[in-house]
Amino acid sequence: MDQVFPRIPSGCAISGMIDRSGGRMTGEAIIASIALMHERSNGLGGGFAGYGIYPDFPEHYAFHLIYDSETARANTEAFLASRFAIDASEPIPTRPVAGILDPPILWRYFLAPKEELVHGKDRPADADDFTLRAVMHINHSIAGAYVASSGKNMGAFKGVGYPEDIGRFYRLETYAGYSWTAHGRFPTNTPGWWGGAHPFTILDWSVVHNGEISSYGINRRYLEMFGYTCDLQTDTEVVAYLFDLLGRRHGLKFQEICLALAAPFWKDIDRMPEPARQKLTAIRMVYGSALLNGPFSIIVGNRRGITGFNDRIKLRPMMAARKGDMVYMASEESAIIEVCSSPDEVWAARGGEPIVAELYDNAARKIARAS
Amino acid sequence: MQINAKGMHYRKLNAILKEAAASGVAHFELENVNGQRYLGTGLDRPVEIVVNGVPGNDLGAFMDGPTVIVRGNGQDAIANTMNAGKIVVHGHAGDVLAFGMRGGKLFIKGDVGYRVGIHMKAYNEQVPVVIIGGGAGAFFGEYMAGGVLVLLGLGYAPGQSLIGDYTGTGMHGGAIYIRGKVDPELLGKEVAVFEANAEDRAVLEPHLLEYCQEFGLDPAEINRQPFQKLVPVSHRPYGNLYAY
Repeated sequence: MDQVFPRIPSGCAISGMIDRSGGRMTGEAIIASIALMHERSNGLGGGFAGYGIYPDFPEHYAFHLIYDSETARANTEAFLASRFAIDASEPIPTRPVAGILDPPILWRYFLAPKEELVHGKDRPADADDFTLRAVMHINHSIAGAYVASSGKNMGAFKGVGYPEDIGRFYRLETYAGYSWTAHGRFPTNTPGWWGGAHPFTILDWSVVHNGEISSYGINRRYLEMFGYTCDLQTDTEVVAYLFDLLGRRHGLKFQEICLALAAPFWKDIDRMPEPARQKLTAIRMVYGSALLNGPFSIIVGNRRGITGFNDRIKLRPMMAARKGDMVYMASEESAIIEVCSSPDEVWAARGGEPIVAELYDNAARKIARAS
Repeated sequence: MQINAKGMHYRKLNAILKEAAASGVAHFELENVNGQRYLGTGLDRPVEIVVNGVPGNDLGAFMDGPTVIVRGNGQDAIANTMNAGKIVVHGHAGDVLAFGMRGGKLFIKGDVGYRVGIHMKAYNEQVPVVIIGGGAGAFFGEYMAGGVLVLLGLGYAPGQSLIGDYTGTGMHGGAIYIRGKVDPELLGKEVAVFEANAEDRAVLEPHLLEYCQEFGLDPAEINRQPFQKLVPVSHRPYGNLYAY
């Protein structure tokens, strides 16, 4: 009984950065930033999302898969071949790293949906929806197979370990992207496993999250009505799907999504002038089941950029900084200073108010044209 | 004693500080600090520590005597349960500052985040003083039980709010002084607002003078605007909750 249990002062770490002019950077800076907050994780999860990393396959859905077994891989590949043209298939390059034990089989595919299956009677008529259904099928119905990411020209790299070890394991120094996000995990309510590491993704949405989503059950049942199944055993999964539902399928602007997910309190809505009061009332009534309860700081990525976003009463930390075309967000200011020693501006995020940092229009057009 | 903290783990850095302070070193210059936590924690003698860089969370937690000067911005939870001494931050600082602080002084030059002064407390001559040069986020002085919490709003435009929502929620001791007007909609149910009187000015004056000296400010400039004082309207509202 004389064993000593030292306190582990942890609480998850998130970091993100974007070059709004579209310039691409390797994964080294995001690893350095998240590594600085080592104390916030406990080695049970780390991960990254990079955007613009697959310029050779910009129009393909890049699937990153986590497999428990070769059987799971064979079953998944048979399923994928029935739905998509598989234009490339290869192991995700990794290197042995001391802190990463017993990694699963990690594979990536560059996929083009079979046109005849997308369109026609009872077909989704939309390649994104078609791909979404495939992701849900794999996660829900193929034993031992989990989709880490499924977006175009982006990828998630995640697993069990400290984030800096996960980043080296996946050789992120060999990729170049215009935006990156990262997560160091301290799992509280759910297991630390490879599929449960952040980021959580769907299509090109990715979410890294510090905190917990107390409304998970309500959000999950709401999403099930729209064809999203939650199989990854972690609350953050619902956030990625909510962004896809509200942002891509319902066409809400980013600010509006955040107003639905972290809606102002009724007492504040009642004090608003018209027409804001009416608009917020409508959003809360329509999207009541999408409201995220509980403490969170989140960085959401998609092809346009990254957005930092906190719960309404800011129960988790988030700092942001700007230097020229670069915008940074992180749980701690020091994690920004580690990779940007003299920013033009540093500020604290406010509860419920998103910090949106997107590619400039000409940079976004250029990246789209290149594809 | 000068220490280059570049890339150094906080445990090592704090061990060096503790050992050197015990052996009689009275002044420390820490260079290239970035994110190291718990600096000054548990130090119980009046040494001076100058921090160049951004110190990590819980700066000066449980600190009992030292003076810490931060030449940069601070992060979260500065002066957590601090007992005595002084911390001066020449920049902004984060959330949950002065959490359960029970003595000593915390001076911040710029803005601060959410829940600053949460559950500060006082007992007899142990009265913690926190002065913030800018504005504060929501839940300022939440559950405050004692001490003095001051918000100056220097550089704020007339009419611009220095506080966020729920200021003084659950407050049941101590006093919050806010320079300029206070929007009553932003206050918790447990506080009332008064114009600071001569007695209050006498309490504030020496602390404000010291604050101005630290940052090279003109006290006359600060005194140009009156202070509002927030005090709790109930005394120990939960005193009987578990006792009867």
